Amino acid sequence: MTIWREHLPALLLALPLLGAFAAPVAGHFGSRARNVWFVSITALTALVAWGLWQQVSASGIVVYVMGAEHSRLTLPSGMALPVRILLEVDAMSALMAFMGAIAALAGALFSVRSMERFSGLDQFVALYLLLTAGMLGMEITGDLFNFFVFLEIASVASCGLVAFWRDRPEAVEASFKYMLLSTVGALMVLVAVAFFYGRYNTVAMAGVASHLQLGLAEKAALVFLVSALAMKCGTVPMHMWTPDAYAEAPAGVTCLLVAVSQAALYGLFRVCFTLYGASLGSSAVAWALIIMGLLSMFIGVTMAVIQKDVKRLMAYHSVSQVGYMLLGMGVALLVLSDPQKMAAYGAMALQGAVYHLFNYTMYKGLLFLVAGALAYAAGSRNLNDLGGLGRRMPQTAALFVIAAAAIAGLPPFNGFVSKLMIYESSFAVHPLLPVVAMVTSMLTLASFVKVFQTAFLGPEKAALREVQEVPGFMRGGMALLAVVVLVLSLFPTWSVGSFVEPAARALMDRAAYVGAVLGGGL
Amino acid sequence: MIGNLPYFAVAALVIFGLFGAIFGRNLVKIAVAVSLVEAATNLFIIALGYRNGGSIPVFTQAGGYADYMVLPTPQALTLTAIVIGMATTALLLSLIMLLYRHYGTLDVREIRRLRG
Repeated sequence: MTIWREHLPALLLALPLLGAFAAPVAGHFGSRARNVWFVSITALTALVAWGLWQQVSASGIVVYVMGAEHSRLTLPSGMALPVRILLEVDAMSALMAFMGAIAALAGALFSVRSMERFSGLDQFVALYLLLTAGMLGMEITGDLFNFFVFLEIASVASCGLVAFWRDRPEAVEASFKYMLLSTVGALMVLVAVAFFYGRYNTVAMAGVASHLQLGLAEKAALVFLVSALAMKCGTVPMHMWTPDAYAEAPAGVTCLLVAVSQAALYGLFRVCFTLYGASLGSSAVAWALIIMGLLSMFIGVTMAVIQKDVKRLMAYHSVSQVGYMLLGMGVALLVLSDPQKMAAYGAMALQGAVYHLFNYTMYKGLLFLVAGALAYAAGSRNLNDLGGLGRRMPQTAALFVIAAAAIAGLPPFNGFVSKLMIYESSFAVHPLLPVVAMVTSMLTLASFVKVFQTAFLGPEKAALREVQEVPGFMRGGMALLAVVVLVLSLFPTWSVGSFVEPAARALMDRAAYVGAVLGGGL
Repeated sequence: MIGNLPYFAVAALVIFGLFGAIFGRNLVKIAVAVSLVEAATNLFIIALGYRNGGSIPVFTQAGGYADYMVLPTPQALTLTAIVIGMATTALLLSLIMLLYRHYGTLDVREIRRLRG
């Protein structure tokens, strides 16, 4: 019992990796075996992530050293800096890993049926599980270079999946765009890692964080990291890839891609709060994040309102939703070195950002799955071709209403709670910030009313008379995310208290993150 | 001054590479430009770990210079980065191949079906 509990962080990466490379073997025994393999690997990964989260919330930060005599021995033979590959899981990483694993499970359940009419599914399953491994790796690694490696694993796998329908020119074009930006972005991360190595002789996050002093090299590294990671999560000046890639990928994959983009956002949290933290000094970075957040919110939503393609519309909403997280994060970073303001509203801003991140991943994944279900059942993603589907697909319509109410921030849904936390805390910085956020929220509601009205209500179209409700597995994938959204909505105090608040506290507690590694271990 | 030469080379390669990737019109040239940035990054890491007059970082073969070696970690990092770079370049080129089949051109100005 205790033996394997100790190895949970390694298992979390080993399971999807094994699943990925053994997927063609499972596919050899027929499509049923492959589907069982696909769903059980993602379900097991979610279980391991849940176990890891419980372990972290019970006993604090979990450190795992690959290949050491003892998995907790971070500093062997009296060394000053860790030399082996490190996994470090604090409350924030554990929350991200759990959330990502749920999104992966929902996408897998959905893909089992929605993809069955296509060939090349062995490769699809392999890439999907590889993408899951890359995402989880980014979230639990304690080592900057490993972060780069997992970032590249995730981008290579996601580009393969975006271009899965390679007979569609648009899909290949979207994939090429994404690949080009990801490669350049990842190389910028690598240059930043090299700067850190040159200055501090270590690539362990804790080691760098404990010695970090802001100089020219650190400032350059910060610029590289922030711009690359902001690009990977699709904030406005660098958002061009988002609508293309999200709209062209198969729906189950888009659900996972949302969680993967949040892994990049997690990287941004890690860099700003753990790596630099209070040593950031000036407020330039915080204001840069706030301004990027406001631009993303507003431009994302105005682009979304005019879309006719359901998936592209939802993809632009992703751009605008990420803006809320950036706003909360920027406000918290702005007052990080002022304990009084931090207690007054900074901590709430950070909690709002983390909570919104959790909510967003769940309801956005659900929305993309609903869009995929519409395309599967009605054969079109164009709003002009859809209509009256609420009668034919009542369950999908109900799931859509849940997700749309959550993203528009209608009370009592979870999106309302997290948005309220961000409004209240950003108001203390400047009253204009929540104004932009609220206008965005209203436009979000407007565009989802438009989708609901045109796709689900209205007169039935002649071409859509034969449409049927989507198969059970697809509804199962959607229902999983809807249940999480409902639980988060009905028990906001519980979910903030047990998931969000420990994660936000872990981000603020830089000394604990450093101490868990540099304390020597064992 | 001469010791800093690798860093000037890195800066020049990064600038050429980014320029090519942003303003290049031919897809293959863009892929080449990205490879240039990649090579520059690898050179940067290797140059960081070099110690003037240091021996190879293999303890049993370093002879009398065992206490003064170039750093082994950057070399391990670079090896990993080279392998990853090969994979991304291969993927980029195969996507370019598919794009050429669909659009019949490698000019980025004509490959723009996804807009707005």
